[in-house]
Amino acid sequence: MLSHLPILQVILPLVAAPSCMMIRRANLVWFFAMLVSTAALVVSVLLLQQVLDTGPISYRLGGWEAPWGIEYRIDLLNAWVLLVITGLGTAVLTAARVSVQREMDDLRQTVFYSLYLLCFAGLLGIVATGDVFNVFVFLEISSLATYALIALGRDRRSLWAAFQYLIMGTIGATFILIGIGFLYMMTGTLNMADLAQRLPEINSSNTVLAAFAFIVVGVCLKLALFPLHMWLPNAYAFAPSIVTAFLAATATKVALYLLVRFIVTVFGVDFSLTSLPLQSLFIGLGLMGVFVASVVAIYQVDIKRMLAYSSVAQVGYMVVGIGISSVVALQATLLHLFNHALMKGGLFLALAGLVYRLGSSRIDAFNGLGRTMPWTMGAIVVGGISLIGMPLTVGFVSKWYLITAAIESDMWFVALLVVLGSLIAAIYIWRLVEAGYFREAPVARAATVGEAPLSLLVPTWILIGANIYFGIDTRLPVEVTGAAAQYLLGGIQ
Amino acid sequence: MLVTSLYNYWVVIGLMMIGLYMVVAQGNLIKKIIGLNIFQTSVFIFYISVGKVDGGAAPILSEGEAVYSNPLPHVLILTAIVVGIATTSLALALIIRIKRAYGSVEEREIQAEEAQC
Repeated sequence: MLSHLPILQVILPLVAAPSCMMIRRANLVWFFAMLVSTAALVVSVLLLQQVLDTGPISYRLGGWEAPWGIEYRIDLLNAWVLLVITGLGTAVLTAARVSVQREMDDLRQTVFYSLYLLCFAGLLGIVATGDVFNVFVFLEISSLATYALIALGRDRRSLWAAFQYLIMGTIGATFILIGIGFLYMMTGTLNMADLAQRLPEINSSNTVLAAFAFIVVGVCLKLALFPLHMWLPNAYAFAPSIVTAFLAATATKVALYLLVRFIVTVFGVDFSLTSLPLQSLFIGLGLMGVFVASVVAIYQVDIKRMLAYSSVAQVGYMVVGIGISSVVALQATLLHLFNHALMKGGLFLALAGLVYRLGSSRIDAFNGLGRTMPWTMGAIVVGGISLIGMPLTVGFVSKWYLITAAIESDMWFVALLVVLGSLIAAIYIWRLVEAGYFREAPVARAATVGEAPLSLLVPTWILIGANIYFGIDTRLPVEVTGAAAQYLLGGIQ
Repeated sequence: MLVTSLYNYWVVIGLMMIGLYMVVAQGNLIKKIIGLNIFQTSVFIFYISVGKVDGGAAPILSEGEAVYSNPLPHVLILTAIVVGIATTSLALALIIRIKRAYGSVEEREIQAEEAQC
C-alpha cells in the first residue's frame, strides 16, 4: 500500500470526480469531496515524510521500467508542492459548501465538485509525474476543468473570461506540446531524468533551443508572467468566489513548479540560466510585472480584480528568484510559492465571505466593514499585511530571503526594487483599511449585515493564522525548501 | 533538395502560422476556434512526421523486416487529438452560452457591450 502512494495521490481525486455526478445531493457531494481531498492531503504528508526519511521515490506505472514506461518521481520539490496544493485545496473545499450554495443552483453544485476534483487531480498529476508527455495530459485535464469552473460564475462576463482563458491556455499548452515533440525528436525519450542526462550532449543544437523556447513561453502563459498575464484578472474577477480562492492558491503555483522543473531539472541550470541570457530576462520581466501589476492594482474598483493583479505581481517576485538562480534565491522562490498560496487563499476566502453577505466585492462594499463584519475585515487586514511583507508574517520571510539572495549576488538594485514593490502593495492594501475602518457604512445596510457564516470564517482564519504561525515559526518551510533548493542546484553554487 | 525532402515540416509550419493568425485576427469566435483547431492539427502532423523512419516498415513484427517506423509519437498524438476534441467541444459550448448571454458571437460586439456596463 505505502509503495503505491505516488499514484494514489493522483488517482484518488481522478476517480472520485466522475463519482460525484452519481451522488447528486449537494451536501453529500461536498462531504464526499472533502473525504477525498483529505485523503489526498494525508497521502501527501506521508509522501513528504517518506522523501525526507529515505530520499527520492521512484514509482513505475504498471511495472514498466523507467525510461520506457511512465515514471512518477517524487523528490523534495515535488513532495513540498504536493503538500501545498493538497493542503490549500482541502482548506478551500472546507469553506466551499455555503458559498457554493449561495452562488449556484442545485444541479451546478454537483458539477462544481466534480470539476473541482478533476482540476485537483490534474494539478497533482502535473506535480507528481516524471514524464514530460504526462505533464501535458494532466495540464490539459486541469485546464479544461478550470475553464468550466470559471464559466460557472454568475456574471455573464465569466463566460467571456473563460473563453479568453481557453484560447490563451490552449495556445500555451500546445506550445508545450511542440517543445516536448522537439525534445523527443532529439533524444528519443520522454522521461525527465533521462532527458536531463541526454540533453547536455546536444545543448548547442537549434532544435533543443527551439524546444526550450516553446516550453518556457508555454509555461509562462500558464503562470501568467507579465506580459502574458492578460487572461488572469478577468478569470479571477468573474469566477465564483471559491474557484478564485482555489485557482489563486494552487494553479499558478503548479505552473511555477513546472517552470522550475523544466529549467533546473530537465534542461539544467548550466544550459538555461548560464549559457542563455535568461537570467536578466527573468529578473527584468519579474520586476516589470511587480511594478506594472501593482500600480494597476491600485486603480481597481473591484477588489477581487485588485487581488488578481496583485497575484501577477507576486508571480513576478517568484520569477525574480529563479532569475537570480543562487541556492538562496531558489529557496526564496519556493518559500514564496508556499507563502503566497497561504496569503491569497486566505484573502480570497475572506472575500468569499464578503460576497456571501453583500453580493459584491467592489470597494464601496467595504465601507464600514470593520464594524459590521469585524472578523472578515480582520482576516483581510492580516492577509494584506502578509502580502506587503511585514515582519511576523510569512510575506516577510520570503521577501527577506529574496533580498538576501539579491544582495549576496551583488544585485543591490534588484533588492531595492523588491522593497519598493512592497511599498506599492501597502498602498492598495491601505485602500481597503481606509474603507473598512474610516468610512461609515450606508445606513440601510448597517443593521442587516452580520458576520460571515462560521463554516467560511473558520477556514479563512486557519489560512490567515498559518500566515502568522509560519511567519514566526519558520522551521518547516525554511528547512524543506532549503533542502529542496540545495538538492536541485546540486553542488553548482 | 532539403526543402522538398522535408516538405511535411514546411506544411506544419504553414498550417501553424495560418492557425495562429486566425486565432489572433478573426473577430468571430467560431472562426477563432477553427483557427485553434488548425494550429493544433499542425502539431499532430509534426508528431506523425517525427515518427517516420526512412525506409522503415509499419511497426508490426514480421519476417524479413529490420527497420520499423516509430509508433510512439503516433500513440502520443492520439491522446493529443482527444484533448483537442475536448477543448473544441468545451469552446463550442461556451460560445453557445456567450451567444445566449450577449446575443452575438463577434468579439467586437461583445466588447462594445462590456464597455457599456
